[in-house]
Amino acid sequence: MLQFLIRRLTGAVVIMFLIGAFTFFLFYTIPQDFAELACGKNCTPENIAVIRENLGLDKPITAQFWEFMGGILTGRDFATGHCAAPCLGQSFDTREFVWDSIIDRFPLTLSLTVGGLVIFLILGLGSGLLAAWKRGTVIDKAVSGASMVLSSFQIYFLGPIVLGIFVYSTGWMENPKYYPITEDPAAWVVGLLIPWAVMATIFTAQYTRMARSTMIEQLQEEHVRTARAKGMKKSYVFFRYAWRGSLTPIVTILGMDLSGLLAGAVVTEFTFDLPGIGRLAVDSSLTKDLPLTMGVMLFGAFFILILNIIVDLAYAYIDPRVRLA
Amino acid sequence: MTSPIETEATDASVALDKETATKNDAAEGTSHTGRSPGQLMWARFKRDRVGMISAGIVIFYFAVSALAPVISKLYGKDPYTLYPSEPGHEYILDDFAMPVGTFGGVSGEFWFGVEPNLGRDVFTMLLYGMRTSLYMALVITTLMVITGVLIGMVGGYFGGRADYWLGRITDFFLAFPSQLFFIAFMPVVTALFVSPRDETPTYLRAVAIILVMWFLGWMGMARLVRSSVLSLREREFVEAAKVSGASRWRIVRKEILPNIVTPILVQGTYMLPGSILTIAFLSYVGVGFVEPTPDWGRMFAIGSDIYEQNPAFMFFPGVAMVVFVLAFNLLGDSVRDAFDPKTGR
Repeated sequence: MLQFLIRRLTGAVVIMFLIGAFTFFLFYTIPQDFAELACGKNCTPENIAVIRENLGLDKPITAQFWEFMGGILTGRDFATGHCAAPCLGQSFDTREFVWDSIIDRFPLTLSLTVGGLVIFLILGLGSGLLAAWKRGTVIDKAVSGASMVLSSFQIYFLGPIVLGIFVYSTGWMENPKYYPITEDPAAWVVGLLIPWAVMATIFTAQYTRMARSTMIEQLQEEHVRTARAKGMKKSYVFFRYAWRGSLTPIVTILGMDLSGLLAGAVVTEFTFDLPGIGRLAVDSSLTKDLPLTMGVMLFGAFFILILNIIVDLAYAYIDPRVRLA
Repeated sequence: MTSPIETEATDASVALDKETATKNDAAEGTSHTGRSPGQLMWARFKRDRVGMISAGIVIFYFAVSALAPVISKLYGKDPYTLYPSEPGHEYILDDFAMPVGTFGGVSGEFWFGVEPNLGRDVFTMLLYGMRTSLYMALVITTLMVITGVLIGMVGGYFGGRADYWLGRITDFFLAFPSQLFFIAFMPVVTALFVSPRDETPTYLRAVAIILVMWFLGWMGMARLVRSSVLSLREREFVEAAKVSGASRWRIVRKEILPNIVTPILVQGTYMLPGSILTIAFLSYVGVGFVEPTPDWGRMFAIGSDIYEQNPAFMFFPGVAMVVFVLAFNLLGDSVRDAFDPKTGR
């Protein structure tokens, strides 16, 4: 297992480096003067020259790239002060260090992503199992139908509807707002309840369908049929044989959905006007604040990779073939 | 988000499939009247009521989008005119710039109501918005499918070093957080074409969206095609073709391609609504299409800004999108069941 983890981590570091290099060079190939972007509206040639030197733009691109990469590991110095490692550069717009802006916004996105993930996994897999267990009954039809319809909904459509019902017209709940969990866990839960519910509803619907269909597929397998035929209890066969087998495809899909999950969190931030890194990405992208955009992008990739490694570990835990391969 | 594993058939279609499958077996057993796989598939599909209705709905959406200019001409409005400043329509918005009348100003003249603040016609906005999204999605999906098939074919059929490196590249692009990438790269790609001081023309925005989405959209298809080709490559009929001296190009074109059309088509039906939703996502967060281009996703951005005062505006685009995605997902399931009656069981 340790060997497997080391292998995965090395792979992740390589991927992260490649994503960084790819993003960096793609950004720097655009035929635009960075110094001019950083300078703003009332720009004089002297200002541009100063900025160019401050940002290190007068050096060749490869030198800039190694400086950037080195900054992530050891930190680097800017005219406005020292940027501690991991340094992702400095915003053109606000002159803040990119890492600080991201860390400032990230707890909200993390709360949305992980909270939503936990909720939809429990609800989605639970109702999928229920539907497969009660296959062909009214319960199955109701669950399948509801999940089919709900999975076609969008966060930006469902969100306002839920807000309209629970906030605007009845006043049962406050507008969603983020409170750090370290300060007030209760307010954290209450404040994010609606965003979680909306985000989780759509994912729950998808995972219900998936869990149901993989379970039904597994229940047709020969070893499951044999187990039933030799008189084992239905519940034992269901959970120990079929469920065990359907975990692998579910975890596979989950690993592929992680980037979609982050996108879901981004849309949720927009729908409920919450200041997370999605908002930061869009705002910086619109103002062409390239260091910030690149920082958010790399950070997002890093976050997804970490989640992916966790999913891989779960995968290896479930399926011995994976960790031995 | 949709993949073959997570989808399932309704019980009705399962029963129908079984019925047709057994009938076909029986027919083959007695009279040996050969039917092509396409005919068999069509016969199964025709019996699937849900699939037929979904297909009808999907065709309806495409027809309406294609005919948008004709419809808006007959209807007498367009999605750009600010109607409050037109003679005869001065009073469609009240003092708070909200539409007058029930349900967002729905009337015989404005079928789906009036947009708050600007007073544009919602019906034509939606019509043209759908048109933009569907056309874009068609182009993007076609490009993604072609790229995926090409890369998957080359990797799967030629194997060896080509396969190894194509596989690594595919994995690498799969590791990208695609939606964040879209957000980050939209301005960069547009900047490739226009200088930041100029206004970006709409068609360049469209090109940028297509490029960015194409770039990160082909990997799933490539993997699927590669694995299918890999298993086909060792089959006897391919060996036979090889022995009889067929060229590689002929084997790929005549022996392998016809056998992987089914999974490609099924995957394609799932990719198209996915592309539409991604375009809508980009416009919704504000990096896709901008005013005044009518766009489906941006209607949600407008709608959520004024939802508290005027929830009706969101109703039509929202319901239209839910119905469309639902119909497409059901259609995808039905197509898959029709091609392969074993799945879904």
